[in-house]
Order: sequence, then C-alpha cells, then structure tokens
Amino acid sequence: MSEIRLQGIHKRFGGNPILADINLTIAPGEFCVFIGPSGCGKSTLLRLIAGLDDASGGELYIDGRCVNEVPPAQRDVAMVFQSYALYPHMTVYDNMAFGLRHLKLGKTEIERRVRSAAESLHLTALLDRKPGALSGGQRQRVAIGRAIVRQPKVFLFDEPLSNLDASLRVKTRVEIARLHRALGSASMVYVTHDQVEAMTLADKIVLLKPLAGQEGVPSIAQVGHPLELYHHPKNRFVAGFIGSPGMNFFPAGVSMARSDGLQCQAGSATVLAEVNAAGLVAGSAVTLGIRPEHVQVGEGSLLGRITHLEHLGEHSYAYLDSDLSPAPLVVKLTAQGAVIGDSLRFTLPADRVHVFDAADEALPRLAANLAAA
Amino acid sequence: MSSPTLTATLPAGGALSSLQRSRQRMAWLLVLPSLLVLLAIAGLPLARTFFLSLTDAQLSDLSARQFVGLANYIGDAGVLADPQWWQAVRNTLWFALLSVSLETVFGLGVALMLNHPSPLKALLRAAVLVPWAIPTVVSAKMWTWMLHDQFGVINAMLLSAGLIDAPLAWTADPDLAFTTIVLVDVWKTTPFMALLILAALQMVPGDCYEAARVDGVPTWSVFVNITLPLITPAVLVAMIFRTLDALRVFDLIYVMTSNSRTTKSMSVYVREQLIDFQLAGYGSAAATLLFLLIALITLCYMALARRRMEGH
Repeated sequence: MSEIRLQGIHKRFGGNPILADINLTIAPGEFCVFIGPSGCGKSTLLRLIAGLDDASGGELYIDGRCVNEVPPAQRDVAMVFQSYALYPHMTVYDNMAFGLRHLKLGKTEIERRVRSAAESLHLTALLDRKPGALSGGQRQRVAIGRAIVRQPKVFLFDEPLSNLDASLRVKTRVEIARLHRALGSASMVYVTHDQVEAMTLADKIVLLKPLAGQEGVPSIAQVGHPLELYHHPKNRFVAGFIGSPGMNFFPAGVSMARSDGLQCQAGSATVLAEVNAAGLVAGSAVTLGIRPEHVQVGEGSLLGRITHLEHLGEHSYAYLDSDLSPAPLVVKLTAQGAVIGDSLRFTLPADRVHVFDAADEALPRLAANLAAA
Repeated sequence: MSSPTLTATLPAGGALSSLQRSRQRMAWLLVLPSLLVLLAIAGLPLARTFFLSLTDAQLSDLSARQFVGLANYIGDAGVLADPQWWQAVRNTLWFALLSVSLETVFGLGVALMLNHPSPLKALLRAAVLVPWAIPTVVSAKMWTWMLHDQFGVINAMLLSAGLIDAPLAWTADPDLAFTTIVLVDVWKTTPFMALLILAALQMVPGDCYEAARVDGVPTWSVFVNITLPLITPAVLVAMIFRTLDALRVFDLIYVMTSNSRTTKSMSVYVREQLIDFQLAGYGSAAATLLFLLIALITLCYMALARRRMEGH
C-alpha cells in the first residue's frame, strides 16, 4: 500500500519551465496514466517520481515519506523503459535476476521470483536467450518481468508499448491490465501519448499540457476518471485532446441564456446547449463543441454536404460543409452507402453540446447530463 | 482475379543465375583496384625481402649476390643462432605486453573520466590528445632531454623533492632504460586507447545505467557487470591495433637508446643489420622473421577474440 503525493512540483531545464505546479495524489493500488501531447513533460514527471531527475521545486511523498533526497533505489519503485533498457550481454534470466542479487536475497528466493515472473509472462522457454534473439514483444515482457521480480510498491511505465506493432500493442495492453489486477496492491504510473491506452487502462487520467515557455500556468489540464474527462472536459484543450477523431469546434454568439440552457447562433443556425449559462449575457462570443459520434444524422433542421469520407469498416466519418461554420463538421455515420456530394440532414442534441467561454473554459453541463454520462 | 505465379525461382542445384554472375563480376571489378594497390605496395616488397633473405647480398651492391638457401635463418651464423636476435625478440614481446597492458588500464581510467559530463569536456578531450599528436621523434627527443642525467628536469625535480640522492641515468643505465622506454610509450599512446575506449563507452545505452540505478545496483557492480562487458569488444580491437604497433616499435627506442642492447627491439635489430652492417640478405631474413612473428601473434589474437565473442 503506498500513496504517491506530489505537492507543488515544478521542473525547469535551463531557464525553460517544463512542469509547473503539479499537485496530485495517486492512491494505493491505483492505475494512473499521464497523457498529453509531445513536450508536455509527462516522461519527465515519471522520471521525477523514479528519482532519475530532480525536481526544481516542490515535494514528492511516497508512502507519506518525503523522497526528494532519496536515491531511486531506495524509493521502492520499479521502472519499465520505453526502449526496454535490457542488458544486451545478459540472458533473460540474468536480466531479471541482476537487480535482485544486490538485495541480499537468497539464491533460491531469486530463482523462485524469476521463475514465477517468467511463468506468468510466458518467458520460461526464453530464459537462456539474450535480448538480441528476442522479438520486440518478448523484450517488452522481459522488461516488465524485471520490474515484477522486485515486488515494488510502485510500477512506473514510460511509454512501454510505443515500440510495438498495433496488434501486439492491444495484446500487451490487456496483459498490463491483467497484471495490475493480479498485483492489486501496487500502484502503477503509466506514461503514454496514446489515448486508447489511457482510456482503457486508467483509473485516473492526468492530462498534461505543454507549457511552451509560458510562466504561471499549471501543467495539469485535468485529472479524473477517463469518462469524466470524456464527458466533462474542463476546458477546450481537454475536450480537443480526449476522443478520436477530435471534437468539432465552431464559433458562436450567445442569443439567449435560459434556465434549461443556452441558445446560440452559429453561422446561420440556432443551436441549443444544456449548460449552466450563469454569467453569460446575450451577445457574448463562445465556442461550441460536439463530438463526431454525438451528432444525430438522418433528420433535423440542419443540412450538410459530404465533402470527404473515411470508411473504417464498421462505421465511417463524413466531413460536412454546413451552415454552422466555415470549417468542415466531422460526423460519425453508422449507415453504409453515403457518397461524396450527398446532402445529409442532422441535428446537434442539446445535451451533447459543449460550450466554452472566451477563456476556453467549459461551462458546466447541466445535472441531467451527469446521469447520462 | 487470380494471383500471378512467382516466376523468379531459385536456381536449381546451386547454379548461379546470370544476374548473380554479373553481380559477382561487378564485385570483383570493384575490389580489383585496391587489390592491385595492395599487391604493389605490400606484396611486392614482402616478396623481394623474402627473396633477398635467401641470398648473401650486401647493401652496397645488391646485384652481387649468391643464393644461400635458408642459411641466413638456420645456418651457424643465421639469425636464429644469434643470441642478440633472441634478446631483441624478448625485449619486443615484453615491451608490447607491458606497454599495451598499462595503456589499456590508464586509457580506461582516462576514458571513464572523460565520459563524465563536465563543462571542460571538450577542452580536456583535446588536451589529452596532445601526446598522441606530437610526432614520436619529437616527443622522444623531448623526453631524452627531460630525462638527461645531468641537465634533465626530471632528475632536478626528484632531487629537490628529496626522492633520490644522486641523478639517475634514465636512458643509459641498463636497469632503467627499458622501464623508461615503456613509460614514455605509455605516456604517448594512452590517449589513443583513451579515445577508442571513450567511443566505446559512449555507445553503451544510457538507459541501461538508469535501469541499474532504479534497481539499486552499486556503482562498482555496474562497472564490472554492465560497462566492462559492453565495451570489451571495442577494447579488444584497440588492443590488437596497439599490439601490432608495439611489436614494430622502432622510432622511440632508436631515438632514446639507439645502441643499448637491453632495449633493442626486433625492428632496431633489423635496421642495424641492414644499414649499419650492410647485410641486406641477413637483415632481410630478420625482417621476414619479424613479419612472420607479428602475423602469427595477430592470427592467434584474432582467433582468441573470435572464440570469446562466440562464447558470449
């Protein structure tokens, strides 16, 4: 059982802020995923927890103990590197056993741990091989095995699947989820840029945004359960990052704030959004957002012409020219048979429309929505 | 739609297709120029030396010679019967063993230090190279003066520090001369080793070190179990280079202690026979033996290194 707590952590390289004002608690046994675009500092944050980098400020607690000054080896963490970082001249067995030999464990105990980890990762037949004779997926499993045998309180994964091909990635993802259930009490911190990994694995997602040299902005854009980030993004950055293809955004003007939501004018169309519009007056400029999968196609007052189609087999995405905005609106089509040039009728369901104010902060969606989420 | 059958089948019975034959011809054409150059600058002189070694030719008149068979090698007055030759062989082997081992150890130390991040890294790397960059004859002369028994700065320093009572004849004293030669060679060639080992150190993936840090592996164990095994192949290659160099050592010994029997190397012996004694035939025999010895050691070394690699 170990809780990781970060308090006001920040990190600079040279004069540039990389991470700012990180306040975060990762509960014991929790699977926490750091996600964000390149350069947001997610790997750096992981390395800070590992102790491979030092924070420029703030405190890091593991199990209630401040570990700012504690070397990596004594933090009771194990790390799986993006490049696997296997020792090329050692066999699979030695790769897993090497770290244990310095823990004053008995030979039989080392053997037992390595064998049992190899068993659960299907590596038993490969124990005598060198990493050079293994496939990418097998190397990945050895790297995970090397972390497991240490029986740490915290597992740190640095983009562990990014060097695997697509089908293997899905398989290994399931393996990691299974591992987390099996190891129950150990916390896992996992860095990825792949939001499918984040959505499927995480108990808690920490979405970081690049600071790009800006001062005074915190790095964390939002923390929460994957579905919370999906349904209730706090701001436009989160809304645009989570979900694929991304949310449609288009500018609009407020025509009327009502008790059941906000009535807006986008292009020549009127759109209703079920959000708490407190503080907005008629005429304010806002940004509306709706996910492609939430646009209702088939009937309705809005009309769009298909300019481009992406067929994914089970469904398609259509790019529509419409009255809403000059930019094309992406919608999900489950019916087959649409062709470029067709016109479609559609509506934007009021309980699915997101509204962002001039500062790109989201207006809270009405309580009725929360239940739907 | 039917899938097209594969028409490019493998040649039956190992016969080469015309494409493979023309590729092979091209390959030979491409290596031919270098083969010709190698033959002209290495093959011909070697053959001529071997031919001369079978005669009693004098340097003053190479054309007046008689065929004497292997007499220059195994005759009563042949090279193999000369105790001075064997002394030179012993000197050379000792020199190679001592200087290459010391250079490897010091080179490794220097490389490890240079591999540490430091703002002075580029400067230090350049500074370390200086002994290697100075021509051997110049540095040998420089050391000869520094080690001069009466006016040398080394003796002056050791005397004033009270470490010795009387000046030492570094290059003239038979007991000291050999050590002196080895030390000067180590001074000169350690940078070469350091640079090759530094290159090898920089090839070791950094995340291996980070993995070891997270796993709490002590520094010494990291060095012995991770760094050393990973740089060994490169160090072995560097040692082959240096061993071949050391077995041919000439300039340093010739400049610093040209006439001392205790430091005479095989190359110095060969030159002495060829030039000082004008014995082209006998000298060529010694040169051929020198070549054979170096070739033999190289072959053994490479066979050993290969066995080691495969054993890993």
